[in-house]
Amino acid sequence: MSNGKKESPRQGGLPLPVFSFFKENLGILIGLLILCLVLVMYDASQGRTVFLSSNNIMNVLRQMATNLYIACGMTMIIILGGIDLSVGSIVALSGCVTGGLIAHHGYPLIAAVILGLLVGIAAGAFNGFVVSKTTIPPFIVTLSMMNIARGVGYVYTGGQPIRIMDDAFNFIGSGYVSIVPVPVIYLVIIVGISAFIMNRSKLGRHIYAVGGNPTAARFSGIKNGRVLFFAYLFSGTMSAIAGIVLASRMFSGQPTAGQGAEMDAIAAVVLGGTSMSGGVGKIGGTVIGALIIGVLNNGLNLLNINSFWQYIVKGVVILIAVYVDFIKKGRKRT
Amino acid sequence: MNHVKKGFPGVQALKDVSLELRAGEVHALLGENGAGKSTLIKVLGGIYTANAGEIRINGTPVTINSVQDAHKNGISVIHQELVLVPHMTVGENIFLGREPQKPNKTIDFKKMNAEVQKILDSFELDISPDKEVSALTIAQQQMVEIIKALSFNAKILVMDEPTSSLSEKDVGFLFDTIRKLKANRVGIIYISHRMSELKQITDRITVIRDGEYIGTRDTAATGNDELIAMMVGRQLTNYYTRTFGEPREPVLEVRGLSDGKLLKDISFALRKGEILGFAGLVGAGRSEVMKCIFGIDPVTKGEILVEGKRALIHNPEDAMRLGIALVPESRKLEALFPEQSVMFNLTLKTLGEFIRGVFVDFEKETAITKRYVDTMAIKTPSYKQLVGNLSGGNQQKVVIARWLATKPKILILDEPTRGVDVGAKAEIYAIMNNLVKEGVSIIMISSELPEVINMSDRVIVMSGGKITECLPKEGLTQENIMRYATQFTV
Repeated sequence: MSNGKKESPRQGGLPLPVFSFFKENLGILIGLLILCLVLVMYDASQGRTVFLSSNNIMNVLRQMATNLYIACGMTMIIILGGIDLSVGSIVALSGCVTGGLIAHHGYPLIAAVILGLLVGIAAGAFNGFVVSKTTIPPFIVTLSMMNIARGVGYVYTGGQPIRIMDDAFNFIGSGYVSIVPVPVIYLVIIVGISAFIMNRSKLGRHIYAVGGNPTAARFSGIKNGRVLFFAYLFSGTMSAIAGIVLASRMFSGQPTAGQGAEMDAIAAVVLGGTSMSGGVGKIGGTVIGALIIGVLNNGLNLLNINSFWQYIVKGVVILIAVYVDFIKKGRKRT
Repeated sequence: MNHVKKGFPGVQALKDVSLELRAGEVHALLGENGAGKSTLIKVLGGIYTANAGEIRINGTPVTINSVQDAHKNGISVIHQELVLVPHMTVGENIFLGREPQKPNKTIDFKKMNAEVQKILDSFELDISPDKEVSALTIAQQQMVEIIKALSFNAKILVMDEPTSSLSEKDVGFLFDTIRKLKANRVGIIYISHRMSELKQITDRITVIRDGEYIGTRDTAATGNDELIAMMVGRQLTNYYTRTFGEPREPVLEVRGLSDGKLLKDISFALRKGEILGFAGLVGAGRSEVMKCIFGIDPVTKGEILVEGKRALIHNPEDAMRLGIALVPESRKLEALFPEQSVMFNLTLKTLGEFIRGVFVDFEKETAITKRYVDTMAIKTPSYKQLVGNLSGGNQQKVVIARWLATKPKILILDEPTRGVDVGAKAEIYAIMNNLVKEGVSIIMISSELPEVINMSDRVIVMSGGKITECLPKEGLTQENIMRYATQFTV
């Protein structure tokens, strides 16, 4: 029966993941394209080619890199129906710890970086542990961690930035391999790993399942707690990487670093079409979301728009983009 | 108030459907899932607007473009899913959006509760108006819905599968209420898949299929076979497919199982290749037993033996390793991932077969999906279709397929045909029959007595957390089952 020559439903898109990627994200891709076109045309009207210069493109990628690391973890958590508000504070804390260990305690670079990462991993693990073992909403758990981590950062540094004079450390965030900034290399690796987890691993399927219907997941023998724990752990790790890269770029561990990073990451995730109610979303979408924010920031600077106004523009763009996506999906469903 | 008549040529979901409802009549609307029942009701309730046709009340044409219009014309709809605000009181829910006010514009709770109390009394309901809705039983919540509908002075009441989540006893209570409404000359449109109920409560039955009007019959003068044939459009020769075999050795034994809450001293054995029915009222503990066996809820006392060996089951994974599968009671709450594709839903339990380390064998995934979509005749436009867009019967088949793909030896089906239309029901019965023939052992919990009686080799009846009887095939009658099911209640 199973080998019958009966006509089976058509399989769309499997051999061509690239095609389905474009199809799924058509809306925001067009948005991104329009944004780029406007900038190119502005350049043309000024008789220059700043925006499309390889320098500027690498610059955009470098600037959006840390946001995208965090957004990858955030995508998983939001698909799970949760949220992680503590990412910005973890960015600051791991940057400060790494900086402090190098500058004040003379730790070797590798050890300092690993310990800095471990701080973020520990914070993420704590979030994950509490979220998976209790019924406290993730919003509250990570709100607490946001304050705790920020506070620990201030206590550790005494509120002062820690200057780091170490060329090898500075290479982590500010270096280049030929024309490619080092943070962009991490970016490619992190996006690759995240996309692999979400699209090709059992764990990814389980994330979609737990986010889509936790009860059904439990009835299917999925260990919801483990899946949740992993996602928060991953998010903490990504924040720590972002923190160390930022510290390296700023030549210092700043206790005030990463403020508002959670909102930028959430914006990228939401722009990428991930549902705040969980169960649906893609890393690919988040990448485009982060690109839009990155290009927007860059473009507003190129257009010499006052930075106070930039916030307003960003807010409006997010609202419009999500609303357009919402209408598009709403129509598909009925 | 005689002719409610409608025709909608040109609408895809509804092609020229008419329905006539008399005052004081209970009129059943019957059809398979997707036949257009819900669409018709939504048109009547003002959620959709018809492209053509007309609605007349007492002979006068009316326009219904919104829910308010419907209320104004005395039409109230009680939807399948209850739409009460759980953390508000009974009174607040009934008067939601039109709370009586004092002269100073604050809500007059006294007046509100007094009015609610009056209606509650007239139905002899023992519910306090200031009780929170979340503290009520499902049946009581349903009564609140009905009272809410009536408080709009409804003359036409639509009930969409009102009994789907009620126990036998509560159904009786609901029917008493319906009879009182009839006496008050309220016309009721009643939707249900349960034939036995229609016989009990309705006066006439209108059948629709694929959005088309098929016919209207007097309930008393019409047989089940005729109605099913009208609904399905063809004669269903074997509604219940079942070939019985000889009793074989037990594969699952449960001894003295308790959960420290409801279940007390549950002992039974499931034999290889049989269908063991579990009957009882809602709340008797049938699903709880299965959750214990499947490792979802903890067991405080007793033991479980699988194929004669003592089994330690702490979580669903342990149960699956022993070849046990559970298709849970509520498809929507406990089994489906509506925002994911048919393929995702179907292969969730068999990921290990095509994901090896960093390699995913997409062809194999498709092959597994194809195998089960074909053998179970799941109707879907593509494997990528979101499961949420399929009909109830096909959703159920996807869930069953997910577990069949794990090749279980023991399959536990909790209400396998709830909210599934007749055609798909017959198909699910045939699938169950094939499985037992292949040597799979099935436990089937069902509240539909004809289904339990026709499909089971033996039936265990539960009441109040205990097993009250194990009836052999010969002793299976509705009366017999109900007698044991109500042993510890009433």
